[in-house]
Amino acid sequence: MGPGSPVTGRSSEPANAVRMTDIGKAFGGVQALDGVNLEVRHGEIHALLGENGAGKSTLLKILRGVQPPDSGIIEIDGVPLIEHTPEASRAAGIAMIFQEMSLIPTLTVAQNIFLNREIRNHLGLIDDREAVRVARRLIEEFDVDIDPAAQVSELGAGQKQLIEIVKAVSQKTKILVLDEPTSALSSAEVERLFALLKRLRSEGVGIVYVSHRMDEITKIADRATILRDGRHVITAPLSALTLETIVEHIVGRRSRGFSDHSAVMIRQGLPLLELVNVSGARKPRNVTLTVHAGEVVGVAGLLGSGRSALARLVYGLEPVVVGQIRVKGRAIAASTPRTASAAGIALIPEDRLRQGVVIQHSVANNIALSVLGRISRRSWISRVAMDQIVVEQMRRLRIKAEAPETPVQALSGGNQQKVVLGKWLATDPDILILDEPTAGIDIGSKAEIIVLIRELASQGKGVLLISSELPELLAASDRIIVMANGRTIREFGRRDLDPDDAVTTDAAERLQRAEQRLQIAIQEASANG
Amino acid sequence: MADQATVAHSAAPEKKSVFSSWRQKIIYIGFVCIFAVFAATLSDQGFLDPNNLLNIFRQTAMISVMAVAMTFVLAAGEIDLSVGALAGFSSVVTAMAIKVAGFPAGVVAGIGIGIVVGVFNGLVSTRIGIPSFLATLAMMGIAKGVSMWISATAAIPILNQTYAYVFGGGNVGPVPILLVWTAVFAVVGHLVLRKTTFGRRVLATGGNETAARYTGIDTRAIKMQVLIVSSVTAAVAGMLYAGRLQSGRFQFGEGDELSVIAAAVLGGTSLFGGAGTVIGSIIGALMIGLINNGLILMGLEYSQQLIARGAIIILAVALTQQTRRQT
Repeated sequence: MGPGSPVTGRSSEPANAVRMTDIGKAFGGVQALDGVNLEVRHGEIHALLGENGAGKSTLLKILRGVQPPDSGIIEIDGVPLIEHTPEASRAAGIAMIFQEMSLIPTLTVAQNIFLNREIRNHLGLIDDREAVRVARRLIEEFDVDIDPAAQVSELGAGQKQLIEIVKAVSQKTKILVLDEPTSALSSAEVERLFALLKRLRSEGVGIVYVSHRMDEITKIADRATILRDGRHVITAPLSALTLETIVEHIVGRRSRGFSDHSAVMIRQGLPLLELVNVSGARKPRNVTLTVHAGEVVGVAGLLGSGRSALARLVYGLEPVVVGQIRVKGRAIAASTPRTASAAGIALIPEDRLRQGVVIQHSVANNIALSVLGRISRRSWISRVAMDQIVVEQMRRLRIKAEAPETPVQALSGGNQQKVVLGKWLATDPDILILDEPTAGIDIGSKAEIIVLIRELASQGKGVLLISSELPELLAASDRIIVMANGRTIREFGRRDLDPDDAVTTDAAERLQRAEQRLQIAIQEASANG
Repeated sequence: MADQATVAHSAAPEKKSVFSSWRQKIIYIGFVCIFAVFAATLSDQGFLDPNNLLNIFRQTAMISVMAVAMTFVLAAGEIDLSVGALAGFSSVVTAMAIKVAGFPAGVVAGIGIGIVVGVFNGLVSTRIGIPSFLATLAMMGIAKGVSMWISATAAIPILNQTYAYVFGGGNVGPVPILLVWTAVFAVVGHLVLRKTTFGRRVLATGGNETAARYTGIDTRAIKMQVLIVSSVTAAVAGMLYAGRLQSGRFQFGEGDELSVIAAAVLGGTSLFGGAGTVIGSIIGALMIGLINNGLILMGLEYSQQLIARGAIIILAVALTQQTRRQT
């Protein structure tokens, strides 16, 4: 078994599955990790929490052997890990499932499961048929229905995730690291994932779980380690932590934004965007909704409920098959992104890195891209006009970048998202469609973006906010529409979810109750839709 | 994000074979169609004459052989633009070595040049980090320059009959030896790509390099190896040119890199890495050879041939790309 085997003859107490002690790592002059400790026991789910840039990814990359630590010791089952390579970590029983999908899309499920340890026949040639057979058995063991001969690129996100876990577990994994495993999963898929993780926990696997979603953490984790600014803040059982204290440790200050939602005023203006019985090719179906000036309309629903399709359709990226879209009372005939943009609609897409910014370009160039016509004369770009717009947006959005010339890829996730926002706000749109504006960004930036959304509404803009994070939806929206299967199923006003007669006046608790009501509504909608 | 319906549909079991996806089927259909059109219209010009058909194999053997190696390079997510110039280079070096020290020395020298250039390409792109596109583009000029220089731009005759027989002019029974070379490369290449761990690692490297690395695959070594395989194969192709035309010339193989890449892409190999089939590349090469042959028999001028060939290749690739998008 090699360097990963437990050493007998040591103390009778079972060694930790992982023990990382005093880990330090610097990139250039920046200290990414400074004396960080992480201990994961066998048979526990250990949450690793922190804002983006807190050092979680670096710590995990060191554990996985992708980067060597500058200092510190890593012990697996009490045995120090001497070599810091992916192979050595793998041999020690560490497997990691990354956000960016650690599968090869062009190979089949079975080929992926057995990648780099292929089943071979007596001639030494790969036996794919046998691999499919064995893979099918492994997959069935996990109670999943996926064809092992299917190409991975044809699978949905949830199926890929499960295959990654099957792959990891099939190679005697003792420590399984999951980095944001649910960011692309539907709630049914999340439930299946959790069931699988609990089963692995009962089999003695040590699981490190990274997520920005606190509801998941409180649901599944046994203990948590919180990092902030590359330092270890606390390791504690989850039963000893409340959501408030977790957030406090992560952010390092009492979090606002999510809790003060009830202070929001509702002030409706004229209808800005009206959808009348609109259907797309497949989704959405028969949607009728209105967004007024000064209003934030939230759209809730599970993945695949047609929320993003609705956004694309309004912005003209997908054709309207039936129905009518009216902007400020005037019907848009053939909607294309060009006409939508001319009518004052801006879409801030879900996948910001691919659809929102040119990542190698500077903050300034990205923001200016949407308004090139306005800041140029006969194709010559006016430096002064550009600087003015860029500086205005950077200040307004509090974009943390060294300079306007800094490339976007050097910024944190939250600041990248702010650049995307700035790019569209520079066009001064009347109607903003935001699709998962806070996906994968840290809590501090999330709160800032929510405050910003409210600010925009108070300036008379209409906002359509699509989000999977219910607290955020509740904090920002005046009304929330629940979608399922391409249809709008229910609509809630703020008071429906957060009635005044609530038993408590504690904002956090009221938010939690409202969230429960909304969550139940979403589940019911998708069950009946 | 794919919704439920798409997932359910696409995850349905599918029979996989050499002729699996639509993309690959198209090339075989296209091949048969072009063959049928030429057979119908050019039979008076002797298109179906066995000698003419064997000639197509002889003329495309070098492209076919290089396309086999290019399949690996592209599947690994890299590209090798130096193969054409290197073929000329190796023909010159082989011819010179045969002149001085005989047949075996010529073979060793030719292969040796391939290894040297491949290692150089590999080191430049994996260690210094220059993309293989640029590294091999530079090597294309260097290889051509060196071969012009050492040969003083003159042809170097090869008088060794054994060499000329084995590496080009000979026949095994009724079968031209160049066809045997093509078949050997095709079979070995196919098995290596489909059935060995090396082939699987190549596909993984091109499919998702990060994932491959985290799975414990040394992706730099894989890239290095495919570039060496490509260079050695290009050197062999140069030796085949030298054998067939009984001389070494720096012009041999000029521009072949584009035909080779076109052949691989026609055959369904992705320029973005992760997917490729050796058999498809061979068919792609034969298709290019078929088109060339047909256009010549039609009596088109060289200028017209170039235009027609370009148009046909664009059409063929457009069809394969189209089908990929639909699936």
